Amino acid sequence: MTTTTPVLAGEATAEQPPRTAAGRVRKRLNSRTATTVSIVIALLWTVPTFGLLLSSFRPEDEIKTTGWWTFFTNPQLTFENYNEVLFGRSSSSGQLAQYFVNSIVITIPSVLFPIALASLAAYALSWIKFRGRDWVYIGIFALQIVPLQMALVPLLSFFSRGVSLGGVTLMPAWDLADEQKFIQVWFAHTCFALPFAIFLLHNFVSQLPNELMEAARVDGAGHSKIFRSIVLPLITPALASLAIFQFLWVWNDLLVALIFAGGTRDTAPLTVRLAELAGTRGSEWQRLTSGAFVSIVVPLIVFLSLQRYFVRGLLTGSVKG
Amino acid sequence: MAVSTRPRQALVLATTLALALSAAACSGDSGDGDSGSTSAECAAFDAYTGNDGTTVSIYSSIRDAEADLLEESWSQFEDCTGITIKYEGSGEFEAQLPVKVDGGNAPDIAFVPQPGLLKRFADAGKLKEASAETKTMAEANYPKEWLDYATVGGKFYGAPFGSNVKSFVWYSPKLFAEKGWKVPTTWDEMMALSDTIAGAGIKPWCAGIESGDATGWPATDWIEDVMLRDAGADVYDQWVEHTIPFNDPKVASAVDRVGKILKDPKYVNGGFGDVKSITSTSFQEAGTPILDNKCAMYRMASFYANQWPEGTKVGEDGDTFAFYLPAVDPAKGKPVLGGGEFTVAFADRPEVQKVQTYLASGEAANTRAKLGNWVSANNKLDIANVENPIDKLAVEILQDKSAVFRFDGSDLMPAAVGAGTFWKGMVDWINGKSTTEVLNQIEGSWPK
Amino acid sequence: MEFEDFAPKLSMLLYGVIAFVVIIGGLLLLLDVVPNYFARRREAALVAASVSTTDGPAPPPSRRLRKPGEGLLGLAFLIPALLLLLIGLVVPAIRTIILSLSNGDSTEFVGLRNYGWIFQENDIIRVLTNTLGWVVLVPLLATGVGLLYAVMVDRARFEAVAKSLIFLPMAISFVGAGIIWKFVYAYRGDGDQIGLLNWLWTTLGGEPQQFLNNAPWNTFLLIVVMVWIQAGFAMVILSAAIKAIPSDIVEAARLDGVTPWQMFWRVTLPSIRPSLIVVVVTITIATLKVFDIVRTMTNGNFDTNVVALEMYNQAFRYQENGQGSALAVFLFILVIPIVIFQIRNLRRQREV
Repeated sequence: MTTTTPVLAGEATAEQPPRTAAGRVRKRLNSRTATTVSIVIALLWTVPTFGLLLSSFRPEDEIKTTGWWTFFTNPQLTFENYNEVLFGRSSSSGQLAQYFVNSIVITIPSVLFPIALASLAAYALSWIKFRGRDWVYIGIFALQIVPLQMALVPLLSFFSRGVSLGGVTLMPAWDLADEQKFIQVWFAHTCFALPFAIFLLHNFVSQLPNELMEAARVDGAGHSKIFRSIVLPLITPALASLAIFQFLWVWNDLLVALIFAGGTRDTAPLTVRLAELAGTRGSEWQRLTSGAFVSIVVPLIVFLSLQRYFVRGLLTGSVKG
Repeated sequence: MAVSTRPRQALVLATTLALALSAAACSGDSGDGDSGSTSAECAAFDAYTGNDGTTVSIYSSIRDAEADLLEESWSQFEDCTGITIKYEGSGEFEAQLPVKVDGGNAPDIAFVPQPGLLKRFADAGKLKEASAETKTMAEANYPKEWLDYATVGGKFYGAPFGSNVKSFVWYSPKLFAEKGWKVPTTWDEMMALSDTIAGAGIKPWCAGIESGDATGWPATDWIEDVMLRDAGADVYDQWVEHTIPFNDPKVASAVDRVGKILKDPKYVNGGFGDVKSITSTSFQEAGTPILDNKCAMYRMASFYANQWPEGTKVGEDGDTFAFYLPAVDPAKGKPVLGGGEFTVAFADRPEVQKVQTYLASGEAANTRAKLGNWVSANNKLDIANVENPIDKLAVEILQDKSAVFRFDGSDLMPAAVGAGTFWKGMVDWINGKSTTEVLNQIEGSWPK
Repeated sequence: MEFEDFAPKLSMLLYGVIAFVVIIGGLLLLLDVVPNYFARRREAALVAASVSTTDGPAPPPSRRLRKPGEGLLGLAFLIPALLLLLIGLVVPAIRTIILSLSNGDSTEFVGLRNYGWIFQENDIIRVLTNTLGWVVLVPLLATGVGLLYAVMVDRARFEAVAKSLIFLPMAISFVGAGIIWKFVYAYRGDGDQIGLLNWLWTTLGGEPQQFLNNAPWNTFLLIVVMVWIQAGFAMVILSAAIKAIPSDIVEAARLDGVTPWQMFWRVTLPSIRPSLIVVVVTITIATLKVFDIVRTMTNGNFDTNVVALEMYNQAFRYQENGQGSALAVFLFILVIPIVIFQIRNLRRQREV
């Protein structure tokens, strides 16, 4: 991201063998340590999750009395936990499908809006010259620390009471009911996501080569055109990673959804249902094991499908275009 | 949608769709439950009719299966009156209700389990005073002690609904019968029994105070229960109102009395380890060693009946049952520690007041009790409608005229103490800090 | 019944996406049309000026017109974001500052009393040192592991799978992660251990330990959970940065015969420096704000409390809005060094 030069056939050069014999040995040694180190890290990082996965297939009393590793000496499998999570017994809260759809309806716009608005803002803060822009940027950056919890009451009040100044109504209350409450959730998630999104994208956008911009400007392209045809394609990896993080944040969020959408099955996301599964007094937490996996599946699919945008070739191609 | 089998389903569906489409004509259609129910069934609800097609929202901390029973219990009320109750339960109830209220998005009715929180809302002018009908109904059905907790500055805000009794000790009737141990009826008998059990090579007590972000509350219940027995109800009231300091010698004496059980390695912690293991054992799990005879007694509220593993028989002749935590001095009466939720309103529309009145009625209590797993201090509650033996025992105690009832003290204190330093202090206390040190610390944290 | 339940939701989603296309598309269109209009006017003005050069002193139109035009245009790009930030964060931030100067139920002004309270708290020193421990260790370890891993698996055969494994914890919520790790640290005095750590410990011959009860190691064990989650974040960003290093630079260095070690320090690290800063700064801020992990695992007991959890408890559990808000402002003050660092960073970047 730091330089302008297009890359030539990245993969081929990368695979080229080192010239000297010493280099070859070094490379082999290096790759062996690399493999070992990465395997150790991967193992350490996966074991707790693996334990959870295994636990999710174990019967309740087994989970509560013995460790998951005893599975290997005394294998006992059950789908009961999944059965309860997927086809739950609570009729008032309905089945998981409802919440699943809610989660998707909440997540998609809550990812699209902040990314689009943040990339516009990041471009303006990096490449459009106006007075005080650095201070605007620093201000936005600093807003990252505002705790979400502190923003809940004012924002909720903004929706339910509107805005009035000295008795004059500047904006009426929104008065949204049922499904329309999704709008509040999108709005809230977009607000809360912007500081980090702008910070992340600003870093990528401002690193783009100046010559590229100058060249485009000489060709007569306006800011809007530069943004669309040069900046956006170049920051695809950044957009992809931002999309993943924002997706995860929204998908795993409980607080914003509970406040702005409510906890009923009309609008509440998956997380609300999963929290409920633990039972009113938290005694049924064995169901959380399977619930966690049900909820991990979608983010994982998103991650895997966005991963291809990280590869080197794409970036090179777009610079040329 | 026309083919729906149950009227209630049709009702819910119709309302959902109607609201979704913002159809103006919804009120006429959605009340069609009226025609489906016979007038005889609906006779009991005559007093609540006249607000057909309206909706009342209720918010509480009751979720999942228990919420289902709750909704089932008022479904006939909905059918007969045409008032739709939109229920929402949340595990984050205490933290979220203030946010919703301050943000201008309060529910119509909330079930508030903490009189302290109720008082805060009342003082801030957020709550609506209960209607005359609700007040009359509540006064007819609930003991005065209970209604006092919902009265702030002379104004009454709402009747209690569900309740629980905390002064219970769970044990294994089988083990007791086998060893020839008798259920103790005085404190001294209970301590003597503890020694006998310890002598038999079994840890007499189990305890666990871990409860996620509420860790510590089971220990505060212990203290409150003993405070009520050791110092009496009047001192108890002074203590929760802070007219005597938290580090008063009377409080210290009660804490030390609890310490003789919870901090004695001879007595605890069956099945889990040493004294300190109490802090990391969840209250849900803490009683289960009773089934394996690894410990003999576990002091926990009536609702613990739902925590036993599936297939455990709860009853005097079953795998497990509970006895009343005996008084220190029986001459002072029968102290009972308990809790419950109050049905308070943030709106005063007629339909809201009608639901509030209905919830205070004997009808509402009996309908809910019939569905199981529920106790109330409502004196119209017919004990025949209570199935579960432990719930029966709890209702008997609640309706016992000689019982001196007091509400869970930590729910009455300011939340900074009752849901904060008191809980945390008890964790430190079990973990090794001295009684004096802990009580001084809690006293210092009481909001000025 | 099923579809009728979903239909309104899905149509809301449709509206949402349509709104997105309309708003963003409209904005871009506007940004296309308006500057063009100005450009044409400027051109016309230039033409007019060059035609009648004798008409008094001609102002330098290009200068004058372009500057305000640029500023206005920048504003147009920024306005939607700024508006949302104002409503969603600036107003709440100001409100928090005002609340921090009031009493518990925000009915009277108490000046700086709440700030005084922070430093009177008995165990505030402990809370501060814990928070410091978090802020130092989490970014360091998470970035370190993430970077190491990103370098190690770069272009490995199973890169996608390998990265997914480290990324996995990211996909679990903080509360979920807290529950998983509580299992790992679980303790049983008698009988079978159900916690992995105690099982390993007792298998090696140790006495079962109540890991979460013993300060100061318990704080470190909680930090491990945060590192476990954030390493995935560091890895994803840094891996993208590593892949963006132009391979001709790498190739040139390789032809110079540098060792992999030198390669890392002289080529990789300088090239990914901006991303590295993003990662460290982001993790630091996230760490300052994290409270769910502590809340789920120890609830701040056993000397594990941190500022953010105390803030949450004061404001939401204890209904002490004044003290809670004061702690929130205190967190803001803790971030000032990072903000200053960021300003200097920006200056340096502009100079280049």
